[in-house]
Amino acid sequence: MKKIFITLLLMANTVFAIDIHEFKTEQQRLDYQQLTEELRCLVCQNQNIADSDAGLAKDLRNEVAKMVQKDMSQTEITDYLVERYGDFVRYNPPMRADTLVLWFMPLLILLIAGFIVIRTIKKNANNTSNESNL
Amino acid sequence: MNKTVIKALIPLVIFLSLVYLLYQGLGKDTRLLPSALINKPVPQFALPSLMTGKTINNDTLKGQMYLLNVWASWCPNCRVEHPMVTEFARQNIIPVYGLNYKDDNATAKAWLNQFGNPYTDILIDAEGLVGIDFGVYGAPETFLVDGDGMIRHKIVGELNPQNIQNELLPLIEKHKNTIK
Repeated sequence: MKKIFITLLLMANTVFAIDIHEFKTEQQRLDYQQLTEELRCLVCQNQNIADSDAGLAKDLRNEVAKMVQKDMSQTEITDYLVERYGDFVRYNPPMRADTLVLWFMPLLILLIAGFIVIRTIKKNANNTSNESNL
Repeated sequence: MNKTVIKALIPLVIFLSLVYLLYQGLGKDTRLLPSALINKPVPQFALPSLMTGKTINNDTLKGQMYLLNVWASWCPNCRVEHPMVTEFARQNIIPVYGLNYKDDNATAKAWLNQFGNPYTDILIDAEGLVGIDFGVYGAPETFLVDGDGMIRHKIVGELNPQNIQNELLPLIEKHKNTIK
């Protein structure tokens, strides 16, 4: 039973391996994997190009594979795509003057919230100590 | 007293700003992305013509201001847009070139026979590689290229009377002096 299950699992894997790229080194394979996971599919916007079945995602995977095989660095490949599709293609937005809000808003909100919480706690502590004094 | 009023208003203010923020997003088409290529030179290309088989490259189109309309016979919205492209081309304002994107030549020709061919010429991008250089992520898309070979505008989705009138025509007027 177990054997049949494992065989089925292996078969499923071969079915899902849609495009096959050969890489010279393990590093290239890792680069390819990381890049396709960090690049957004522009047709189906909530998927990365590694997961998407859209035609464009497949084309972009091929392009990324070709560039990786040419030993281009991850930054060079990302820049190549940003030049064509804009920052939207990246799931990992760059830190720039116009994206500062994006990067630091969560921290700011956390600080404000933290400040309010601490103040409230102190206030309550004062109140209870005042009550006990009475 | 005043302080309590202000304090009481804080949640309301936060709530209203949230309403405003979310309202902004309502009805916005998230498919429409700004092009990274506006005011940048047209990418290098050399593609065969669907009409003559001859190669068309940047130099062939140099000096003209033109629309480059990305279309395919498999694209339903291209069919919707087709009468608008035809009407625009008929007015002879600037030439309209087609970029036949990831299509099959025979099917593309049959499509043109059926619906008419408004294009001055058509470039075949069977692999979609030139499409990637142009940042194409779907069809139809339309680029406005001026006489200096600079991309001045991109319309994602169908051409319609509104975007022709409000977006294309003013830009064509503005960059007219680049035509050689």
